[in-house]
Amino acid sequence: MTEREPIEEENRRLAQRRRKIARDGKDLTGAKLAGRLERTWRRPPGIVGWLATVDHKEIGRRYIVTALLFLALGGVLALLMRLQLARPDNNMIGAERYNQLFTMHGSTMMFLFAVPVMEGVAVYIIPLMLGTRSTAFPRLNAFSYFMYLFGGLLLWVAFVLNIAPDVGWFAYTPLSGPQFSPGKRADVWAQMITFTEVSALAAAVVLVCTILKCRAPGMTLSRMPLFAWAMLVVAVMIIFSMPAVALASSMLISDRLIGTNFFNAAEHGDALLWQHMFWFFGHPEVYIIFLPATGFVSVMVETFCRRPVFAHAVVVLALISTGILAFGLWVHHMFATGLPRVGYSFYTAASMSVSIPTGLQIFCWLATMWDGRPRFPVPMLYVVGFIVTFVIGGLTGVIVAAVPLDLQLHDTFFVVAHFHYVLIGGAVFPLLGILTYWYPKITGRMMSEALGKVGFWLTFVGFHLTFFPMHWSGLLGMPRRVYTYPAGLGLELPNLISTIGAFVLAAGVVLFVVNGLVSLYRGAIAGPNPWGAASFEWATSSPPPVYNFEHIPVAESVTPLWDTVDDLPVVTGLRVDDKEMLLTTVVAAAPDLREPIPEPSLWPLISACAVGVVFVSSIFSPWALAVGIVPCGIALTAWFWPKELKRHPEPVID
Amino acid sequence: MRVRAPAFAAVLPLVLGACTYQHYQSDFGRGAVEDDQFLTLFTIFLAVCGVMYLLVIAFLFAGIWRRGRTADANVVETGRHHQSHPLMRGTLIGWSILIGVGLAGLAIASFFTDRSMAKAAAHEKLSITLTANQWWWDAQYNSDDPSKIFRTANELHLPVGVPTRIILRSNDVIHSFWVPSLAGKQDLIPGRESDITVVPKRTGIYRGQCAEFCGTQHAHMALVVNVDSYPDFVKWWDHQLRPAAAPTNAMTLAGYKYLTTGPCSACHSIGGTPASGQVAPDLTHLASRRSIAAGTLPMSEGNLYGWVEDPQSVKPGNRMPTIGLAPDQLHAVVAYLETLK
Repeated sequence: MTEREPIEEENRRLAQRRRKIARDGKDLTGAKLAGRLERTWRRPPGIVGWLATVDHKEIGRRYIVTALLFLALGGVLALLMRLQLARPDNNMIGAERYNQLFTMHGSTMMFLFAVPVMEGVAVYIIPLMLGTRSTAFPRLNAFSYFMYLFGGLLLWVAFVLNIAPDVGWFAYTPLSGPQFSPGKRADVWAQMITFTEVSALAAAVVLVCTILKCRAPGMTLSRMPLFAWAMLVVAVMIIFSMPAVALASSMLISDRLIGTNFFNAAEHGDALLWQHMFWFFGHPEVYIIFLPATGFVSVMVETFCRRPVFAHAVVVLALISTGILAFGLWVHHMFATGLPRVGYSFYTAASMSVSIPTGLQIFCWLATMWDGRPRFPVPMLYVVGFIVTFVIGGLTGVIVAAVPLDLQLHDTFFVVAHFHYVLIGGAVFPLLGILTYWYPKITGRMMSEALGKVGFWLTFVGFHLTFFPMHWSGLLGMPRRVYTYPAGLGLELPNLISTIGAFVLAAGVVLFVVNGLVSLYRGAIAGPNPWGAASFEWATSSPPPVYNFEHIPVAESVTPLWDTVDDLPVVTGLRVDDKEMLLTTVVAAAPDLREPIPEPSLWPLISACAVGVVFVSSIFSPWALAVGIVPCGIALTAWFWPKELKRHPEPVID
Repeated sequence: MRVRAPAFAAVLPLVLGACTYQHYQSDFGRGAVEDDQFLTLFTIFLAVCGVMYLLVIAFLFAGIWRRGRTADANVVETGRHHQSHPLMRGTLIGWSILIGVGLAGLAIASFFTDRSMAKAAAHEKLSITLTANQWWWDAQYNSDDPSKIFRTANELHLPVGVPTRIILRSNDVIHSFWVPSLAGKQDLIPGRESDITVVPKRTGIYRGQCAEFCGTQHAHMALVVNVDSYPDFVKWWDHQLRPAAAPTNAMTLAGYKYLTTGPCSACHSIGGTPASGQVAPDLTHLASRRSIAAGTLPMSEGNLYGWVEDPQSVKPGNRMPTIGLAPDQLHAVVAYLETLK
């Protein structure tokens, strides 16, 4: 007994000190609490603070703005290509430059716009939607943004310096190999891939951990919003698919740099190996872009139909099964390569079966609209535009899944039409809708409804004018990736219509951007919940304070803001003098741990610079890897240097 | 479904392709059995997908139309208040079954079409080895009798109704053989050998084009396929076996000398002459072909001048260097080339 006395004494002493630790609760609330939290959470001032921030909202905003800039750049390239193809035997842009244009367009849109913008929106909104104060691993989050930015800069600086890649966004070997692409163009492409894959993997880890561990108490998996489900599936898909292409791009660059001959048939390598590795990533990539968009649609349909999405569980299962099926159909990009014909049937069946979960999701949205009381402000117009457009893309997808049909349609403009219907109709339309929808949350102001409507119609009409005729030019025998085509094949009219449509579409997107910029200063003040929506991101002010919520909310249903009659139930007891957030259990979202949030730090940026220098210099010399590992190691060591453990005398949960 | 399909297939090209141009590089060319099968299957898919699309759009507009039914449009329906319409559950199940059945039907139709195309491949009568290069096609007509083998480039002749196996190889990067009116694509991959069998069913001229991005001049890598009647085909083959026409006057003789002793012969071959380069198109019967430089220009005297004088401005980046011929050399070379019928 006697030896326990000092411990009890110690415990008493700790209990004394515990009372002195500042926490939110009954005594600390309102403006006083907000002031304390603001002081604790705000980032250091000045340029250093700006670079060092780990606030998910700032990182998310940067992601979104950067990705939209790349969208604009990629769009300009598309307009140049359409000008070149406006009439047959055109000589405006030469063959070499045109090949760079479509390579840059595809790479920019896939790697620098579509995937990052989805990650950016998720990084911004997911913690708010889940009712927490930060993402998991906020420094990793900052690192992922810088890696993405450097990858994008690498590609576009190369373009300006006229060493842009010209081997297609798929860079098939051996065309991209050392023998047929001398110079550094293909290396730039390969390292841009490595950058964006590292970035996407980091963001995916952040998202998975945030979604599984940082949800508000009570937000069980079955009450989790559909957008969070979509991002969870997408992040897991990124973790499984991106390593394949990161490995492939590393093998390509080692083929080019040190003659490893992985893909060189003359040295017992295999040119087709590249295609397997690339498409094992490349097809899931399409769903990595599309599934977040289905999450957007679920969010908007729920809010504007004034009821939860019909058959929540069916939508979740559809998301998961799409994510799984996506890994079983990469060979449908390779039907013309002469693999065993019977084996193709499996991939036909797998490709077609993806339309089952997608068809179910579409049914659930339509049923919600049919059952509910839909309003049609601008975001909802994009939802209707999405359904009208995307379903065409999905159905032409069923058409190209059939081997005998694909052998004719593969690598023609029919396929160009198909995947633009899927990617623009299926992902960009919902993205424009959701940006209009979340714009008041991010900026505190509403976007102009009138400009938004004109922008929608220009985008919608311009899109169909551009891409519908491409089905036709494809059937008339126009292959992809040709810088010109001869007169007399009947291709003149569809190509001219496509070019005109492209400019209408561009006008619509420009109007969207103008609307976004003007509304920043002129838009109506939004208030916390302008759309009358149901999820937690609307439970805080617009724009949200740096600490997101004064008190962590508690979820009691799928649509908490609609179902709570009085005040939202909240959790109290989190520290306000230190950055802290609440971790909950994976399935039941029971409060589990209080987790300290790391302070802002420059080390993620410095690490990204160190890794960036290795990637860029490894374009020129294999020694870059050996030498460059040293600064990387130093930066990472500093980043992870353990701090002195403060002995916080606290129980795990009050 | 399969009974009605041919009627659809016959109507579709008329409806969609009711234009005056010739479908000589189009999926509607119907130059071979495979293309017919493609059109039939495509029509089946289009019909089923069209019905599904109309259902979705009808449901969407029914939902939009119904929204006017209540006055308090902005009231939230949630928690215990919201009940799905009793029909919805059943409709969801019905919708899944419809998608499943539709897809199964399409998958089966696709599978059997694929099988029947593969069956046609089983008994070929004629064999051609087609080798792709950046950016032209090298064709060798095979025969059991070595004296009947010959090479040509960028233009094939096929006998109508005869199953022809085309063995596909590549000398450099991946290309894809595609003559839309005759058959679907087949890639030519370095280090691998693949093949495709076509059964042309109508005489005519069909244009094809490389369908896999293969570098700078991918756009100018076309192929002309002439489907001849069998006697015409045999006549053509016999003609191809003959050596090049001998020069008959001073001008063509000068051209002959330049071509067979100058830099041209390092790459090009001309049958019956010392020119025997193997890395560029065979020129033995060049003037009888329809186009120059793999479909870049139609064959004509003017175009021959333009091409021989400066191939790099006609098809930038191609492998034929601009040599810088003196005017009299140019006249002589073109004059000789024109005799190579």
